Amino acid sequence: MTIMAADPVLARRAEIQRIAEATDHRRQLLSRLALLACRACLVITLIPLVALLVYVVIRGASAWSWAFFSHLPTPAGIPGGGIWNAIVGSIIIDAIAAAGAIPFGIAAGLFLADSDGRIAGTVRLAADVLSGVPSIVVAIFAYAVLVAHGIGHFSAVAASFAIGILMLPVIMRASETAIRGVPTVLSEAGLALGARRATIARRVVLPAALPGLLTGVLLAVARGAGETAPLLLTTINSQFFSASPTKPLAAVPLVIYENGIQAYPDLVKIAWGSALFLIVMVLVLSVGSRLVAARLRRVRYE
Amino acid sequence: MTSLATLPPRQNGGGRFRRLLAVPDGAYRGALGVVAAVFAVLLVAFVTSLVIQARPAFAHFGLSFLTSTKWDPVHVHYGVLVFLVGTLETTLIALVIAFPIGLGCALALAFGIPERLRVVLGPAVEMLAAVPSVVYGLWGLLVVAPWMRTIIEPALAHITGGHGPFSGSQLGVGLLLAGVILSIMVLPTMVAISRDVLLAVPHVEIEGAFALGATRWQVMRRVIIPSARGGILGATTLAIGRAMGETIAVTMVIGNTDHFSHSLFGTTQTMASLIANEFSEATEPFHLSALIAVGVVLLVVAVVVNVAARLLVRSVDRQRAIGIGVL
Repeated sequence: MTIMAADPVLARRAEIQRIAEATDHRRQLLSRLALLACRACLVITLIPLVALLVYVVIRGASAWSWAFFSHLPTPAGIPGGGIWNAIVGSIIIDAIAAAGAIPFGIAAGLFLADSDGRIAGTVRLAADVLSGVPSIVVAIFAYAVLVAHGIGHFSAVAASFAIGILMLPVIMRASETAIRGVPTVLSEAGLALGARRATIARRVVLPAALPGLLTGVLLAVARGAGETAPLLLTTINSQFFSASPTKPLAAVPLVIYENGIQAYPDLVKIAWGSALFLIVMVLVLSVGSRLVAARLRRVRYE
Repeated sequence: MTSLATLPPRQNGGGRFRRLLAVPDGAYRGALGVVAAVFAVLLVAFVTSLVIQARPAFAHFGLSFLTSTKWDPVHVHYGVLVFLVGTLETTLIALVIAFPIGLGCALALAFGIPERLRVVLGPAVEMLAAVPSVVYGLWGLLVVAPWMRTIIEPALAHITGGHGPFSGSQLGVGLLLAGVILSIMVLPTMVAISRDVLLAVPHVEIEGAFALGATRWQVMRRVIIPSARGGILGATTLAIGRAMGETIAVTMVIGNTDHFSHSLFGTTQTMASLIANEFSEATEPFHLSALIAVGVVLLVVAVVVNVAARLLVRSVDRQRAIGIGVL
C-alpha cells in the first residue's frame, strides 16, 4: 500500500479526481444559481404585469355600473356619468379603420405570399419599417391629410385613417405567413382542374388560411383599439353623443388619458372603469382569436 | 315536396359577386400588384407630406434645430436637443432594466420551468403585450408614481448618498418612472420573441453539449445564447424602437418640462410626448411646423433603428432571424 501511495502516477490521478470533483461541484452549483436567477427574472417580469391587472380590475370594477355604460359623461365635480358616447365613438372609429385595413392587408398578403421578386421584397421591408414607425408620427400624417386639408377639421374618419395605417403592416405580414402555410399541392390541384388564380385564392387558399388570417386580423384590431396617441391629433373627446364619422367623436382611450390626469376623484374613477373596459375588450379579442383559430384547425383536420 | 330534380341547376360559382371575382389570371395578378403599389404610394406620400410640412422649421433654423436646447413657442425659437436626449435617456433606462431581466425570463420560460407551467405562462406573457399603453400610463401615474415618491426614490437617494443622478427633489413622476414603465411595457415583446428564438436552437446542438457533460447553465451560455444571438439582438432592437416611439404612457409619467433633467428623479420630456402635449394647442403655423419637424426627427431615428436591426440580424445570422417580423 505504501508503495502504491507513493506511486507518482496514482497520486496524480487522485489529484485530478479531486480537482474534477471540486470543479464539478462548482459548476453544478453555478448552474443551479444561474437557473434560479433566470426563474427570479420570470417572477420579476410577472409581478408588475399581475399588479397592473389586479389594480385595473379592482379599481375598474368599482366604477362599473349600468349607468357607466349607458349614460353620457357629467361635468367635473358632478358624480355619476358614463362613457356611452366614447364606446360608440370607439366602435365607429375602429370599425372604419378595420373595414379599410382588412381587405387591403389581406390582398397585399396574397401578393407577398406568391411573389419573391424585388418589388415584393421592397414592400415587405416597407411593411416592417412601417410597423416600427411610432404611432404619433403616423398620426401627424393623418392630421396633414384629413384634418388640415381633406375634411378640414378634427373627425372620427381621420382617427380611423391613422389607426388603419397602423393595423396594415400587422395584417399584411400575418396574412402572408398564414397564406404561405397553405400547402402548395392544394393550389396546384386547383390549377390542374383548370381554375383561375382568383378562384383558387377565393375558394382554396383563403379558406385554408382562415385560422391564421383570423388571428392576425383580430390581433391588429385589438392593438388598434388600444391606440391613444393617434386620437390626440385627429379627434376630440367630448361630453356629447354623436355617431357621425365626419365629426370628432369621443373614444375610450381618450377618456382614460384625459380623465386619468385630472384631480377630480370622480373623473379618475371613470378612467379606471374605462381602462378595465378597454383591457377586457382587447383580451377578449386576442384570446377569442386564438380559441376560434384553434377550433377551426381542429374541425378541419378531424 | 321538393325533390332534387326540381331544384334549379346550381350555377357554377353562382352570384354576380362570385362571377366578378373569377377574373382572368392577368387581371388578378395586376389587381394584387396595384394593391402593393398603392401601399408604396401611401408610404411615399406619408414621408413627403411630413417633410413638406416640416420644411419651414428646418429651413429657418437649419442645423440649430437639432443642436439648440431652447424650445420657446412664445419667442418663436425651436430646438429639439432636450427632447432628443430625453428620448434617448428613457430608452436607455428601459433597456438597462429590460434586457437582462427579459433574457433571463426568456431562458426560464424556454428551459427553466416544467412543461405544464410553460404552456400557461408563455401565452400569458404574449397576451400582456396587447395591454394598451394608455393603461400602463394610468397605472404608472396613479399607482407607481406614489410608490416611487415615498419608497423607491428615498431609498435610492439614501443608498447612494443622493449625489449626481440620484439628487434633487423626489416627485414620483420623472425620468426614472418613465424608464421603469417603459421597461415593463417592452418586456412582454422582448420575452415572447427571445423565447421563440431560444426554442428554435437545434436540439442536436443542445444534446451534444449535454453529452459532453455540460451543466444546464453551460449549455445555455455556450450553446443556446450564442446560437440565438441574432434573434435576441432583433428582439432587443424591436424593444428599443417601441420604447423610443412610445407616446401616451411616457407623456403621463415623465412630468413634461422642457429642460434637461440633471437627475434620474427630475422631469423632462421626450420627442413623442412633446408632440402629444403641444400639437392640438399649436395655433401658430410655425409652431406646428416645428412639431412636425420633431416628428420627422423621430421618424428618421425609428427607421434607422429598424433598418439597422434587420441588416444586423441578417448579417449575424441568416438562418435564425425568425423572431423579427413576429410582432
